[in-house]
Amino acid sequence: MILKTTPHLTQNEPLLFESSSPGKKGYQLPALDVPAVDAKTVLGENHVREEIEGFPEVSEVETIRHFTRLSTWNYAIDLGLYPLGSCTMKYNPRVNELVARTEALAWAHPYQPESLSQGALEIMAELERCLAEITGMDAVTLQPAAGAHGEMTGIMLMRSLLEKRGDARKKILIPDSAHGTNPATAHMCGYAVQNIASNSSGLVDVASLEAAMDETVAGLMITNPNTLGVFEENIVEITKIIHAKGGLVYMDGANMNALVGIARPGDFGIDVMHLNLHKTFSTPHGGGGPGSGAVAVKKHLEPFLPYPRMKREGDQWAFNYDLPDSIGKVRAFYGNFGVLVRALAYIMAHGGDGLRRATMDAVLNANYIRKMLEPYYDLPYKKPSMHECVFSDDRQAKKGVRTGDIAKRLIDYGFHPYTVSFPLIVHGALMIEPTETEGKREIDLFVQALISIAEEVETDPKMVLNAPYLTRTSRVDEVTAARKPIVRWKPKATASIAAD
Amino acid sequence: MYPENFRYTKEHEWVSAEGDVGTIGITQHAQHELGDIVYVDLPRVGTVVAQGKTLGSVESVKAVSDVYSPVSGEVVEVNEMLTTSPEKLNDDPHGVAWLVKLRLTTPAELMNLLSCADYQTYIGEKS
Amino acid sequence: MRYLPKSESERSEMLEVCGAGSLEDLFSHLPADVKLNRALDIPDGKSEYEIVDYFREQADHNATGYPSFLGAGVYYHYRPVLVDTVVSRGEFLTSYTPYQAEIAQGTLTTIFEFQTMVCQLTGMEVANASMYDGSSAVPEAAMMAVRITGRDQILTSRTVHPEYREVLRTYAQHQGMPITEFGYDSESGALDLADLEARLSNQVAAVIVQSPNFFGIVEDIKAAAALAHKHGALLVMVFTEAVSLGLLEPPRDADIVAGELQSFAITPSYGGPFAGIIATKEKFIRQIPGRLVGETKDSRGNRAFCLTLSTREQHIRREKATSNICTNQALIALMATVFMSVYGKEGLRELAEQNLAKAHYLADGLPKRFAGPFFNELVVKCNGTAPEAVNEKLLGKKIIGGLPLGRFYPELKDCMLLCATEMNKRGHMDEVKNAF
Repeated sequence: MILKTTPHLTQNEPLLFESSSPGKKGYQLPALDVPAVDAKTVLGENHVREEIEGFPEVSEVETIRHFTRLSTWNYAIDLGLYPLGSCTMKYNPRVNELVARTEALAWAHPYQPESLSQGALEIMAELERCLAEITGMDAVTLQPAAGAHGEMTGIMLMRSLLEKRGDARKKILIPDSAHGTNPATAHMCGYAVQNIASNSSGLVDVASLEAAMDETVAGLMITNPNTLGVFEENIVEITKIIHAKGGLVYMDGANMNALVGIARPGDFGIDVMHLNLHKTFSTPHGGGGPGSGAVAVKKHLEPFLPYPRMKREGDQWAFNYDLPDSIGKVRAFYGNFGVLVRALAYIMAHGGDGLRRATMDAVLNANYIRKMLEPYYDLPYKKPSMHECVFSDDRQAKKGVRTGDIAKRLIDYGFHPYTVSFPLIVHGALMIEPTETEGKREIDLFVQALISIAEEVETDPKMVLNAPYLTRTSRVDEVTAARKPIVRWKPKATASIAAD
Repeated sequence: MYPENFRYTKEHEWVSAEGDVGTIGITQHAQHELGDIVYVDLPRVGTVVAQGKTLGSVESVKAVSDVYSPVSGEVVEVNEMLTTSPEKLNDDPHGVAWLVKLRLTTPAELMNLLSCADYQTYIGEKS
Repeated sequence: MRYLPKSESERSEMLEVCGAGSLEDLFSHLPADVKLNRALDIPDGKSEYEIVDYFREQADHNATGYPSFLGAGVYYHYRPVLVDTVVSRGEFLTSYTPYQAEIAQGTLTTIFEFQTMVCQLTGMEVANASMYDGSSAVPEAAMMAVRITGRDQILTSRTVHPEYREVLRTYAQHQGMPITEFGYDSESGALDLADLEARLSNQVAAVIVQSPNFFGIVEDIKAAAALAHKHGALLVMVFTEAVSLGLLEPPRDADIVAGELQSFAITPSYGGPFAGIIATKEKFIRQIPGRLVGETKDSRGNRAFCLTLSTREQHIRREKATSNICTNQALIALMATVFMSVYGKEGLRELAEQNLAKAHYLADGLPKRFAGPFFNELVVKCNGTAPEAVNEKLLGKKIIGGLPLGRFYPELKDCMLLCATEMNKRGHMDEVKNAF
């Protein structure tokens, strides 16, 4: 039975371009306090454009209604559980939004004098210190803009150290359960990828790893806990195997929410890792970004970190650009500072003990969901779960219902779906990560929804196949979108000419 | 469903040879596994390809599948229709939706491919 | 911990279901030698008030209330109030990437509008859903050109933002993508087209230029594109000052446009988060990196949007993907979208004209280093004094001056780059003029 939702009216809304009318305005600029100049005279006739064809012309009230109406077509954490596995969709504390908008932080220019940027530098230094403590690593760069960007930075650091030792080596080992960004990153850094099969428990197969490891291998990219939500119990042995042959171990920190305050990658042999500040440290996803992919390293990789690094000069912070071994800059300026402010506010609100408690509640929620759903869904790997659990659609597939269909039906029950069909080592995966910021009531509703759907699959599989029913938009035709891509609006007249 | 005179690969391609020209496509089984095909990436005419090497790729909404050449040869013709109508590959993979024609350099390679019967056994459709 | 929504009794109930005696039991399977057996060295959790107070205190150690003449890739423009009103809505702020189209039409629709407006501004046919920022969009555009042309060399103008070129070098170093720079005309400050032509060959995949360039000079994109195309290379146009697109001829002759939208209601925020864009011709759509939103219909026949052409991306193609990029900057792109809606067709032009007027007022009477046409930035000679000394003088009047150029261009060590936008008042500009 559907308990969490009741359909209600939503407003229709055209695109901005369709509600435009010539001359309509939503702005007023101050009167110009200097003489106007003629653009064509000072720039040259050929440099000045005609009007921007098709650009919106709407009023202020229409603008706010437009975006408010569109917003109501979205699901969000603020509306409920968002159990996307590996995405760590937790509550985004609003005080973090407030402090990130503090005027002298939000309006700080990256080239303003260092003497007038001491507050910003102190915030970054404090965040670096906290992240080093949490990961057990020696140094941190905040420059990468996102997780995949952090991965690229990390693998480049490894490559630079190996080059310095005389041989960059040829390939990177990546378990078959890894995120797609891992092989894409290795490739961008000039490495071939060698897949390492998982064993029957879903863990890295130590024997295969040992056989694959030799002097042509730069290192291993490992996710721990892995994408099944299982802690790699042989991690110390694994890092020893890689280190023994001169390789380095990169950890994808996507699942760090399972470890904060409990175990530290720096203590189990990791050389370099990234953190997704927009996952573990709760900066808002905002519909797909911005993020931040801070990278933490052990001492031996520190000389290669992107420049500039911060240094102390007397009682002041300063930037140090004199880093001859640095891999260079991975983005302009110093990183997504606005995201860093939010992450530090999150850490401050928790404190050391609160961070640990958050981890424990995240793991409790995942294990509770696992226990409650195990009678209804197939659990292909039985090792203890950390912060997420992965089921398969094995039982439902016999009725012709796949994980993607169950996900769509879950929408009718008022929940965002779990991660569908990932990790690839589970056929028809349902990957569920509740995070710690869900209470028992919300989780129970979710569990009941999935149990109810499991029953629907038995009694009326056809109905499940056509879900969702209660959304303003029914199942979207992604096939036509891909076959005949329309990726921008065009005025009707032009569109029909093009179609002829 | 699977033409007797075609030769097949375990990667689900077929080849039909006439003289020194082989027509290549993907099998009914392959298109079914992929689901709705949205894009077909084909080589340029004149490309020389060795047996078992990548010839192009076929995409559904959420998957990409490489197409491996069943035989060695030089591409003499590509099926342009598929660039605008990839859905034909779902409708008629053994007919109008062939992918490329190759001038075979080593016709003997045909002998190390699967026969129609062997292919159907391989995919478990032989009754 | 106030963000953990459970009572102790609920916790106990749940632990019982899990067959665990305590929270610690949930971790009993972890090998003993990997567990942290002490508390994290991070101070105890703080109240909301203490957090607000801490950041206010840090902000007091930053510049507050200084009129500034810094630009150089990050610009001070007014942010309409609607921008924060919209992006503060939880439905936008706290949603994930719109993979489940049925419950993400809000985000998808705004991205489709964003893609459309970026095309309208740049004269391109397709644009993606945004990149991390302008600096990382440049190497992504270069990699795209390499895929399209099958060539590997990149030629970049020295007038492209120096930090963008540094990022390009970092990305390129392991990809077999050699980078050569070509010069600028010492008189005009614009591209040295003769130098460009001399360096072009049939090995060059892309020529990268910026307009307005780092010195604020408006470049002749048509001429640069003609030279690149003559040698079979693509032209990549970079922009850092998006407001200029309200007035300047769009780079229709470019093949790829890579830019930064910070000017569109994104606070400088000490360098990020910003939003980059990549726009291109329709024929290159399958080589564009990052996310794309496309129009389609739902099963009831209503218009709907969804992420599309995902097979280009890392989660499907893995090591063969067009890029490892995963996130876009959706919320930041939304800020830009709201900004573009508020200003609209007339407003963006008027805003650009105001910037042009302010910068020309500032320039009037100052020793300009270059003669080329400029938008809202200009390079000024400091005539014997060090630029840092001029800035010191201005700081005494609580004004932040320009960017001394010696760090990036040793030959311009006696020059600074000044920027004037609609936010710079005439009186402060007069003070700056007096300091020279």
